[in-house]
Amino acid sequence: MNATIIKLALQALLGRRRFWLLLGLPLALIGLTVLIRTLSSDSEAAWPMVSFLGYPLVLPLVAILAASSVLGPEVDDGSIVYLLSKPVSRHAIAISKWLVAWSATLVVGSLGVLVAALVAGGGERALAWWVAALVAGTTYSALFLALSAFTRHAVVAGLIFVLIWEGLLGGFLSGVAWLSVGQWGIRVGHEVSSLLDDPTNLPWAALASVVVTVGGVWFAGDRLRSFSLTGDE
Amino acid sequence: MSTIVLDKVSRWFGNVVAVNDVAMTIGPGVTGLLGPNGAGKTTLMAMMAGFLPPSSGTVTLDGEPVWRHTGAYKLIGLVPERELSFGYLTGRQFVRANADLHRLPDAAAATERILEVVDMVEPASRRLDTYSKGMRQRVKIAAALVHDPSVLLLDEPFNGVDPRQRMHLMDLLRQLGDEGRTVLFSSHILEEVERLARHIEVVVSGRHAASGDFGAIRKLMTDRPVRYTITSSDDRALAAVLMARPAVQAVSLDPRGGLEVRVNDLGTFAAELPVLTRSHDVTLFELSPSDESLESVFAYLVDR
Repeated sequence: MNATIIKLALQALLGRRRFWLLLGLPLALIGLTVLIRTLSSDSEAAWPMVSFLGYPLVLPLVAILAASSVLGPEVDDGSIVYLLSKPVSRHAIAISKWLVAWSATLVVGSLGVLVAALVAGGGERALAWWVAALVAGTTYSALFLALSAFTRHAVVAGLIFVLIWEGLLGGFLSGVAWLSVGQWGIRVGHEVSSLLDDPTNLPWAALASVVVTVGGVWFAGDRLRSFSLTGDE
Repeated sequence: MSTIVLDKVSRWFGNVVAVNDVAMTIGPGVTGLLGPNGAGKTTLMAMMAGFLPPSSGTVTLDGEPVWRHTGAYKLIGLVPERELSFGYLTGRQFVRANADLHRLPDAAAATERILEVVDMVEPASRRLDTYSKGMRQRVKIAAALVHDPSVLLLDEPFNGVDPRQRMHLMDLLRQLGDEGRTVLFSSHILEEVERLARHIEVVVSGRHAASGDFGAIRKLMTDRPVRYTITSSDDRALAAVLMARPAVQAVSLDPRGGLEVRVNDLGTFAAELPVLTRSHDVTLFELSPSDESLESVFAYLVDR
């Protein structure tokens, strides 16, 4: 961990226009949930906003935006050499960057899911979605940080993972749940409220989340260690 | 005192060879890395700075390989050609961040000291995205120097810097070299390198074309045969006179008028020509070098 890297990553995150998109997504989610809740007499009507929009879409999108903001542009244009030409451990850089992306994902994304769930009906079920969002938000942020360190198309790759793999294929192939960050989070949330699905077994969900988180951050650090600067020529 | 040693270093990207079997030693003092654009200077610099592994051979700093060796950056100050993308920081914040990353005991004082050195104190509180090219270049140099490195690597540091600042930077680099630091800068401009570096390494098309002190390189460059086109009031008479001179290798008459002269000793030829034309009562209308581009100079060095 390195305080200077954290400070710079925060400035990179807050100083770009992308941050407003990152903030706008959960606000839109909460707004829509409030709207449905007030317009509909059915007390269950707003829950799909959490289970079909907030959790599986807004949360990973926030994680993608946060992770790619703290690392993506610097790797893309090569200006990360200014950070890397220092006697600072590459893993410390990766951990510091992840801490910023992770905090942003939890504060903006997971909290957004919680607020939407509280509006939708609250209770134990809202708490369960929040726990799921904390777990998945953590894993997503590390996974997408690794993607940002690996490819300059991290945002596209992240979207494909979330939309095609977790969303589309996960919808009709139940086996995908075993390799789905979102489903792992839901499985952990299931412990709080059985209203959430039970797609895999708990040890797997917990272990896989931890492995992807630790592995993702470690991988990002290793990629930084081997960062190559190729000339424009 | 630090020394960078490149031993039989090659680097290829796919089947394109960017650097071909280069061996050089960069020691204390100012060294210029000279070569035309695309010669492999940036690739060489990247390997010396630990931002590219050589495909074969080794690059070491004081005996230790620089690739994947984070500790080496205590000694290295790097000024990449890359633009700064930290537009949301002020100049002072950027330099300070560099100082902090080096964990300098008094980062604030080091920041102010180095801003003073590169003459950037006044604009330091403005955001980087408001800077001119020359100002960004100076801030980059400040950031590279803030931890007082023993090795300074600069990739095309004078690009876009106005002449007054260029002089200032050259004085600074010269002074750093005199202090015993290893300063290496790349440039495709001969005059730039000549004014600053005592020692010059020439690379052309990925190959190490020449190495030596600036006088020797200059001699290599000026002693090569040069072609001139001359038109005068009496080409045939002038041709006869010139052919008698040892400095001239060949003369040919162009049927459309004019002379093509090949000279092997540029200095002597330049001194003799006005005297000869005057004494033989020939008036020169035009004298122009027909291949005096940097590329032809480099091509000559490589062919040797």
